[in-house]
Amino acid sequence: MVIQLINKLSNWFIPIFLLAVFLHGSYKKIPLYDTFIEGAREGFNLAVKLLPYVVGIYVAVSLFENSGAMDILLYPFRPVLKFLGVPEEVIPLMVVRPLSGPAALGITANLIEKYGPDSYIGRLASVIDGSTDTTLYILAVYFASVGVKNPRYSLPVGLTSDIAGFVTALLVCQIIFS
Amino acid sequence: MGLPEYPRGHFGHYSLITKGGYVINKAFGFLIITSIIAAVLTGKISTITADSMSAAAAGVTRVFSLIGILTLWLGVAKIAERSGLLGLFTRLLQPFLSLLFPSIPKGHPAMGSILMNFSANLFGFGSAATPFGLKAMKELQSLNRSERASEAMCTFLAINTSSLTLIPSTIIALRVNAHSANPAEIVGPMILATLVSTFVAVNADFLCRLFYRKRGLL
Repeated sequence: MVIQLINKLSNWFIPIFLLAVFLHGSYKKIPLYDTFIEGAREGFNLAVKLLPYVVGIYVAVSLFENSGAMDILLYPFRPVLKFLGVPEEVIPLMVVRPLSGPAALGITANLIEKYGPDSYIGRLASVIDGSTDTTLYILAVYFASVGVKNPRYSLPVGLTSDIAGFVTALLVCQIIFS
Repeated sequence: MGLPEYPRGHFGHYSLITKGGYVINKAFGFLIITSIIAAVLTGKISTITADSMSAAAAGVTRVFSLIGILTLWLGVAKIAERSGLLGLFTRLLQPFLSLLFPSIPKGHPAMGSILMNFSANLFGFGSAATPFGLKAMKELQSLNRSERASEAMCTFLAINTSSLTLIPSTIIALRVNAHSANPAEIVGPMILATLVSTFVAVNADFLCRLFYRKRGLL
């Protein structure tokens, strides 16, 4: 029942959101196409900004997996991961996610491409990437921008919520997708 | 989505946490160096050359496949911003905000910036969220005037870093490009995971705040 509801929600969310935006825009008599173009113009620039981050991480992660380095380093943790039901392919994603958004996006893209978007790993990676954010990057940039030097308890709080997000993503994916 | 928007010129102050930005540099170096050493040990050294070239090319292809959705979403975001839909949503969230930020006076401009940042994040307009977020920090700092983070800042960043996303547009685009049978099926599970991580963030922040007050910690 709940699972069906979640699936429904997933499919309806974007169409309804788009409908709401365009209805509200025309109600407010916004020039829809002109406004769209104004915002959309930034799309290409954003992609170009993203490019070096993704290429760098694609190369690093691909080498890490294919050279056998990941196998060697994860070897001692394998029983624990297996017990928790964590596919070892998503470990690099969990490590990189709090550090860099574009880098994490690179790993997620790679996993989706390699294992297929509808595989368990593809889905899990999608959920993990979408449900947590770049904790260290945000704290660094936001505090630095106002000259705050003592971040107090914000780092442990941020990392705790990241872990909570990973665990929930795992549990939800195990229940819904397998 | 944390997109690469370093506000250059703002890095006058370095601190422990600012070094967090450098962790990714260490991680990047670690991945490359251990990979090459491992390749030598496992006798797969020839894969390094071919792999690095093909992975770089694959990265470019991946980014270019994202241009469409980024363009579409930024266009839609502009309409939502201009029509006032984002602002309308912001007013709905207002009552929750007063609960979360008891130390911000009513009607203070910091509240508005925080709300705009949260709303933009919720709809996956990452690039629109960052300017609002930095503005919120500036206004919070005007209440704080110290090199120590204020309680309101900690709460704001706890919620911000826990990720508030309702529509992960980039992830959906990746799935569409990879010919998923149902690209949006991850939205529901993702919202659940986000809710839990935000709930944990708010509570952890609350407990830390009480603990720091009780102990008189700086």
